Amino acid sequence: MPGVARAATTADAFNAVAEPRRREILDALAGGERSVNDLVRLLGLAQPQVSKHLRVLREVGAVDVRQAGRQRLYRLNGQALKPIHDWVKPYEQSWSERFDRLDVVLEELKQKEEGDGNDAE
Amino acid sequence: METMPSSGTATVELPTDEQILITREFDAPKELVFKAFTMPELVKRWWHANRGEMTVAEIYLQVGGKWRYVMVADGGVEVGFHGEYREIVPNERLVSIEVFEGYPDEEAVNTATFTEVDGRTTLTILVQHSSKEARDAHIDSGMEAGMQDALDLLEQGAVSLGR
Repeated sequence: MPGVARAATTADAFNAVAEPRRREILDALAGGERSVNDLVRLLGLAQPQVSKHLRVLREVGAVDVRQAGRQRLYRLNGQALKPIHDWVKPYEQSWSERFDRLDVVLEELKQKEEGDGNDAE
Repeated sequence: METMPSSGTATVELPTDEQILITREFDAPKELVFKAFTMPELVKRWWHANRGEMTVAEIYLQVGGKWRYVMVADGGVEVGFHGEYREIVPNERLVSIEVFEGYPDEEAVNTATFTEVDGRTTLTILVQHSSKEARDAHIDSGMEAGMQDALDLLEQGAVSLGR
């Protein structure tokens, strides 16, 4: 029962990113540090909502914050999202193996096309 | 001739709760990637991902046309998928319904796009499920397949690649 094991150990991070707006915030932070005002502008949300989402993300460690002058700058903490990465990894691996085989098929098709071209001369 | 094509890494993202996005670049023009994606005898050679043998690959490549893939996994378990094509733009875009026969009530919509730049093709497959539960079950199935006899699969993969 992988689902149960996952929920017992990493429920927090999973719940935090289950909300679409919070994922948008994480996407925005993937490009670098942002202030709350930046995020308000980027997401088109009201400031209290953005602050609320940031609080949830901070609680699970998905974002860190630092004071820079009068601004508080938020940044992504990829380590906290590792459980999600680990969950998707085997699925990703099966596609990688599938595509590695597709590479072999494509290489043969390319050689066949080149061969056909030579034959036509 | 002897050199192995460099194998890239497939990336998997979860853009929304109901979606999976798979991306990979290939060193081949999009016509060939589309061909390998839609011709049964070619699909049979790669789709199994070294996890078994494909016994059925039926493709009726027309809008409303059906497709069905069956793989016998190395443990002997048979897994089937079927669906139909919703939209076909040759060498560009393929939209199809996919049903995993183990969960016949759940339909996913797969949108594959083929984008070529300088002779290299980026393939994206967007899988749209109808619920988060179905999406998560889909990813969990990858986990189980990945853990099953992993070493045997690696060995078998190496043998068939060397064939």
